[in-house]
Amino acid sequence: MASVTIENVRKSYGSVEILHGINISIDEGGFVVLVGPSGCGKSTLLRMLAGLEHITSGQIRIGNRVVNDLAPKERDIAMVFQNYALYPHLTVAENMGFSLKLAGVSRAEIAEKVRPAAEILGLAHLLERYPRMLSGGQRQRVAMGRAIVRDPQVFLFDEPLSNLDAKLRVTMRTEIKNLHQRLKTTTVYVTHDQIEAMTMADKIVVMHDGIVEQVGTPLELYDRPDNLFVAGFIGSPAMNMIAGTLTGDGRFEAKDGTMLPVGDTGSARPGQPLVYGLRPELMSPGGDIPLTVDVIEPTGAETHVVGRLGGAEITGVFRERVAVEPGSAMQIGVTPAGVHLFDEASGQRVSG
Amino acid sequence: MPEPDLAENPRMQDDPPPRKGGWARLSESRNGLGFLFMLPAVAFLLFFLTYPLGLGVWLGFTDTRIGRSGIFIGLENYIWLFDDPVFWLSVFNTMIYTLVASVAKFGLGLWLALILNRHLPFKNFFRAIILLPWVVPTVLSAMAFWWIFDSQFSIISWSLMQLGLIDRPINFLGEPWNARWSVIAANVWRGIPFVAISLLAGLQTIPQSLNEAAAIDGATPWQRFTKVTLPLLTPIIAVVMTFSVLFTFTDFQLIYVLTRGGPVNATHLMATLSFQRAIPGGQLGEGAAIAVAMIPFLLAAILFSFFGLQRRKWQQGRD
Repeated sequence: MASVTIENVRKSYGSVEILHGINISIDEGGFVVLVGPSGCGKSTLLRMLAGLEHITSGQIRIGNRVVNDLAPKERDIAMVFQNYALYPHLTVAENMGFSLKLAGVSRAEIAEKVRPAAEILGLAHLLERYPRMLSGGQRQRVAMGRAIVRDPQVFLFDEPLSNLDAKLRVTMRTEIKNLHQRLKTTTVYVTHDQIEAMTMADKIVVMHDGIVEQVGTPLELYDRPDNLFVAGFIGSPAMNMIAGTLTGDGRFEAKDGTMLPVGDTGSARPGQPLVYGLRPELMSPGGDIPLTVDVIEPTGAETHVVGRLGGAEITGVFRERVAVEPGSAMQIGVTPAGVHLFDEASGQRVSG
Repeated sequence: MPEPDLAENPRMQDDPPPRKGGWARLSESRNGLGFLFMLPAVAFLLFFLTYPLGLGVWLGFTDTRIGRSGIFIGLENYIWLFDDPVFWLSVFNTMIYTLVASVAKFGLGLWLALILNRHLPFKNFFRAIILLPWVVPTVLSAMAFWWIFDSQFSIISWSLMQLGLIDRPINFLGEPWNARWSVIAANVWRGIPFVAISLLAGLQTIPQSLNEAAAIDGATPWQRFTKVTLPLLTPIIAVVMTFSVLFTFTDFQLIYVLTRGGPVNATHLMATLSFQRAIPGGQLGEGAAIAVAMIPFLLAAILFSFFGLQRRKWQQGRD
């Protein structure tokens, strides 16, 4: 186990810079998720951490060691790849023991280390199989087993669940989190799926276009997004965004004149172009704000209502079973304390 | 396809189908139609492969000469060949030629494939260049080598003389062992592209992440090659080298243009000797017997690759 420090790390391919100075510090034993849309540089950053990509400038430290110029094998890390990267010509046991075999560990000792790892992952009965004979979830477990057997300072996961079906993904999510709680090895996990990030991470790093947008615990990011990108990226259904301005009496006026309540206005000035951010579940039926209903999506536990409000398309999530027809109007209320205000031009948060 | 069950299909029972002609029945039957579609291929195989092969084998049992049809003489040709030192020399030459050239082609071809599999500038340009020896007609490249190996004007001799390493031209094609190494070199030059490009295709099916995983697992570049790349490449190597051995064993053009089997039969392969005896020598029966004598060697090579190098356990799907 070790902490990981990423300081002002940049990466360029030729003249194109794709990581513009990344700073992240990961505590010993932490579970950090790098999340962001495709092309944001999260996988590149992970591969730089693993030693598979050169670091253009900046510094990466694992524990107290600067690893910039160390080969992957000298960094004492283990990585789980998106396609699992199991050696097809080796059995499950041989795959898991490969690193030990390379290190010259005796056969008996390898078996001794592979056995408990296989048992943790429920692979004990598959040890003599070849990867081709395994299901996707089993291959995923073998890839993790290979990492566990190494007993590394840091686990790296590169979108490990994206090749699995939705149901298995939920199971494996829990398994990985369980494993982390059991082994307490520092983990860096890359995903583009914000649900995976929210459910697994101690700390989430939201990346976008080669920069870190915000770092925080899942609930910090959810409750207090620093900017419009994080606000829109974290949460499903996504946060509703309505453009408008603040009036003199501390209320928000949407472009079409609809008035909306605001809690803390922070540094927002009246007349400044703003974006009003509202989580779908912080709306309730019955109030004085008119919503034109377009689509109703009952999920059983809750009802999603898609409609138009203040000139924007918004989604409301109601615990109650609302009885409205598409095309009709309904009145909703808003919890002012849950409202976020962002500057429209910079996208930065202005409310407190 | 099973016959439609009339009892379960009342519509067909009510309305018995009219008797169809043979053609109509054939064109509606899966097997009949399949047979029909295979006919051209069958005809092709019979006329252009089976007939010449059969004729060749038959000729080997006769004393046919050009311009005179022979009679069946049993194994006489083979008994005669058994006591013929030139025939045994050609067998020896063929073995050396095939063995050395195949090993060299494999080694150099694999090396080239590994280089071309890396991210090089002008990668596609180099891949195209590599194919050139394979694309050029054999006779043309053989003539180029003839000039390169010329006893007086050889560019190799000239270069070595300029460098002061030798004081007179090397007699490449005039000394038995020189000639053997020279034709082997020409064959290797010509055969490398096939091996290199085929192995390159094989290398590209190996995901990059396996190499990365091995690097993280602590493998040195050499270990990554021997423990990951090479085992995953063996199925392709088996196929490519089987073909390469067959091509080399039956080589004719290169030798015939470069040395015609000389000097003193030192480079005669079984294929060239067979032609030499059959056409210029007129002994069709004897030539055919030499050619037939190649078959056991070729079969052995094919069986070796079939049994020795067949699909590995890890390649098979779930059972």
